Amino acid sequence: MRFADITQAVGHTPLVGLPRLSPPGYRLHVKLEGTNPTGSVKDRVAKYLIEQAETYGLLSPGQRVLEPTSGNTGIALAAICRVKCYPLTCVMPENTSEERRQLLTMFGADIVFSPATEGSNGSVRVAREMAAADDSVYMPFQYGNAANALAHFETTAPEILADLPQITAFVAGLGTGGTLTGVGRRLKAWDASIRIYAAEPEYGDLVYGLRNLDEGYIPEVLDVDVLDGRIKVNSLHALEWTRRLADEEGIFAGVSTGASLAVAARVCDRLPEGSDVVALSPDGGWKYLSTGAYAPGDVREIATSISGTLWA
Amino acid sequence: MPQVRIPTVLRRYTDGEAVVSAEGSSVGEVFTSLVEGRPELNEQLFDDGALRGYVNVYVRDEDIRYLDGLETKVEGDDEIAIMPAVAGGSAHA
Repeated sequence: MRFADITQAVGHTPLVGLPRLSPPGYRLHVKLEGTNPTGSVKDRVAKYLIEQAETYGLLSPGQRVLEPTSGNTGIALAAICRVKCYPLTCVMPENTSEERRQLLTMFGADIVFSPATEGSNGSVRVAREMAAADDSVYMPFQYGNAANALAHFETTAPEILADLPQITAFVAGLGTGGTLTGVGRRLKAWDASIRIYAAEPEYGDLVYGLRNLDEGYIPEVLDVDVLDGRIKVNSLHALEWTRRLADEEGIFAGVSTGASLAVAARVCDRLPEGSDVVALSPDGGWKYLSTGAYAPGDVREIATSISGTLWA
Repeated sequence: MPQVRIPTVLRRYTDGEAVVSAEGSSVGEVFTSLVEGRPELNEQLFDDGALRGYVNVYVRDEDIRYLDGLETKVEGDDEIAIMPAVAGGSAHA
């Protein structure tokens, strides 16, 4: 495939069967979003956030873009903003991994750190304060921007339907809700019987924070009505499936891929035999090597030691 | 007896306990037992009898909104987990 520039090379990711991990009588597949230009599904989202803003006149040439992001979205925005000549500021927790800082810096993004103890919600708070104080910046805000889900409605889902029109169920991790909402709506419009399941990371206590319950609450892009189930997966279970994916199928993915695979395998027993279940793999494992998730040793001990640092 | 997992932010209403046993054969019944004598906890979890939007409840790891809501049956030592809704992404990754 040939493309005019990197912004055109987003998407068209492989859908790969998992014959060795599929429960008997079922076919699991994984859509490998790690093959996107900056290595994650967020390339699709970043492209839509920026290009929709351009289309609707919300972003003018040379204007600064500001976004709270814990990682993949920042890296994807940094690359697209670089080639489109928008300066970018990413707000992220101060304990973000070194790999991510280096990638953002290399792409020319400025980084503002928010307190580690506040997690992603802290980044959102700081970014909102910065945007409120400076009306020259444009904040796409993936958590509340319809372009997030639209990227999946217009690109991810049609790719899946083209490759596997008989799909029975789709599983993706629950972060902003963009993937589940966009893919889910498109698949259900194609065939209302297709089931949509969310794999929800069970974060460590640190991520949930110690403040009041409602303070951290951010309405998701998620359309809760598109889901047929929402299943939480702990770090150990996610890590076990991520390692099995490498060990048995030769695929090196990030830990949230393991969480979605765990859910894909779990829901098979409520689906008709012969079902095709697609799990979305948001990224490869490269950016998580420094967490120790793939280090040799007892998977239970590793999961315990890194449960607060694992999720993307 | 069903076990209810309490998130950090709510443990001030359970004397610091992370797991509380409470009687009941459905999530609603268990929660009724749980909040008895704990009016602040009731206020945190419910608004006019309905679970608040920023409270997620899971039985055997599944969100009860997609099961039978507060009518979802529980048995034996089933775990009911209460978790606050958070934005995607972790503090570290």
